Amino acid sequence: VIIDLQRFIANERPFWNELEKLLDRIEAEPDLRMPLRQLQLFHRLYERTAAGLAKITTFSSEPETRRYLENLVARAYGEIHETREKQRHIFPLRWFLQTLPQTFRKHVRAFYLSLAITIAGCAFGGLAIAFDPDSKPVLMPFSHLLQDPRKRVAEEEKATQERLAGERTTFSAELMTHNTKISIFTLALGMTWGIGTIIMLFYNGVILGAVAVDYIRAGETKFLLGWLMPHGVIEIPAILIAGQAGLLLALALIGRGNRSPLRARLREISGDVVTLIFGAGLMLIWAGFIEAFLSQYHEPVIPYAAKIAFGCVELILLCLFFAKSGTGKKSETKKSGE
Amino acid sequence: MKTSTLSIRTPEGIVFSQLLAGPVTRFFAWFIDQLCIQAAMTIVGTIFSLLEVINLNFAFALYVLAYFTISIGYGIFFEWSWRGQTIGKRLFRLRVADVEGMRLQFNQIVVRNLLRFVDALPAFYFVGGLTCWLNSKCQRLGDLAANTIVIRVPRIAEPDLDQLFAGKFNSLRQFPHLAARLRQNVSPAEADMALQALLRRDEFDPVARVELFGELANYFRAKVEFPPEATDGVADEQLLRNVVDVIYRTRAESRMEKAVVNL
Repeated sequence: VIIDLQRFIANERPFWNELEKLLDRIEAEPDLRMPLRQLQLFHRLYERTAAGLAKITTFSSEPETRRYLENLVARAYGEIHETREKQRHIFPLRWFLQTLPQTFRKHVRAFYLSLAITIAGCAFGGLAIAFDPDSKPVLMPFSHLLQDPRKRVAEEEKATQERLAGERTTFSAELMTHNTKISIFTLALGMTWGIGTIIMLFYNGVILGAVAVDYIRAGETKFLLGWLMPHGVIEIPAILIAGQAGLLLALALIGRGNRSPLRARLREISGDVVTLIFGAGLMLIWAGFIEAFLSQYHEPVIPYAAKIAFGCVELILLCLFFAKSGTGKKSETKKSGE
Repeated sequence: MKTSTLSIRTPEGIVFSQLLAGPVTRFFAWFIDQLCIQAAMTIVGTIFSLLEVINLNFAFALYVLAYFTISIGYGIFFEWSWRGQTIGKRLFRLRVADVEGMRLQFNQIVVRNLLRFVDALPAFYFVGGLTCWLNSKCQRLGDLAANTIVIRVPRIAEPDLDQLFAGKFNSLRQFPHLAARLRQNVSPAEADMALQALLRRDEFDPVARVELFGELANYFRAKVEFPPEATDGVADEQLLRNVVDVIYRTRAESRMEKAVVNL
């Protein structure tokens, strides 16, 4: 028990002040790299203040001093015991060309799961439309999809005036924001042990399958491919990647086959989840742009073959990007160094 | 068990606690943040309305993108720049912190902010509020996923214990031999009792405070009988301060203080 409290405080105050000054500096300058001598001083000051806190804690009736010391110790503790690397600078190009594809490959099984759920949804939607065409309003609650495909294609191809004339930029912005919201929502629903994410992916698949079968049955496969492929080959994988992130979150929550505590599991994947969702966001920006400025043009303005070819090129490039980017010796060395 | 503090034990065996913020305070902070977002959007809308003269479609597209970016990026930007605080959190003295007391990472901030999409369901953060209310650390789903907590940051100043002691003049010190006898007669437990009473004085009910200090003053008066000029006209609480001052402060310190006063 400290008997001479005032003397104790008077003796220790300079050390507390010094620690506080150092902490203020560290917090104000995230790029600060302290020399070894200063680091040692920082550690000593932390230990001394922590010891002071331990002493003052026995002096239970002095809450003000205790709270002051707790605050100092808490701030210093976070700086000293943190083992994760300080995020100093962001290198967008390196992130895009290395981190994103590497993260995707690292968790590719979650992507396959996401893909399988969507394919199951597609099969369900397609079969439902094939066997029960009357289920269309239930499966596709969007007015422009309820029309007879042949009629819609005829209207689109004969249109003398652009449907989106003067509104293309707004339409593009709306698509980008809407799809990004859906992606974030798909990711966030991972916190429902993945149930929400699975429902979202399956439902997306149902709509996609239903639309595809509806147009194929009507003999409008070429229109369908020309309409969907330019933006769809990027947009659909983006949603799948968001689903991959959501499933990753769910797997960390469930923790099957991983004996680490929940906190450690979540900590382990948090960086990868953020990388994947940012990647999906970027893809959706591109998809929104293409959907507004290319997909909405049909024959005779742009031949379907050209649109389909463009979609194929995009898909090949996307596959190559995720399969090969960041696999070079240099990036692998960097990765193992990390 | 749900508590208002989170205790963290360091590897050195030191325990420090963080004051957890409750759902109501957090809701108010969120409400202020929403007002800030709306204010920012009004400003952005006014600026973009000038672009309408050039191209209405382009101006509206920019507005849509700006609204989306600001509404999602607001929390991420401020919590990253201000080390876990937004404008609302700063006003209510709240801060996002790592659940293990470590340095808050950018990833954690992004995850907790993106998961607002689920926490906000079905309206007014019902899911988040319910989770926060049920969780022992008052975490919403976003906090659980990101390993974060929201703590209260009370205004912390350096402690000033000078106010506890006698001040510039202590009538008991005019009789050094009696003061020495007082130090001799008072046991550590009695000294501690007097100090505790002074430290906790603001926690007492006013009537109880007067009664308690009356009893304590009489008790210490009986320990050593000081001449009337040292005790007459001195309030009971002040007398107790004088007693604690005599017991706890060394003569050297008080001499130094006297010298400073004489200067």
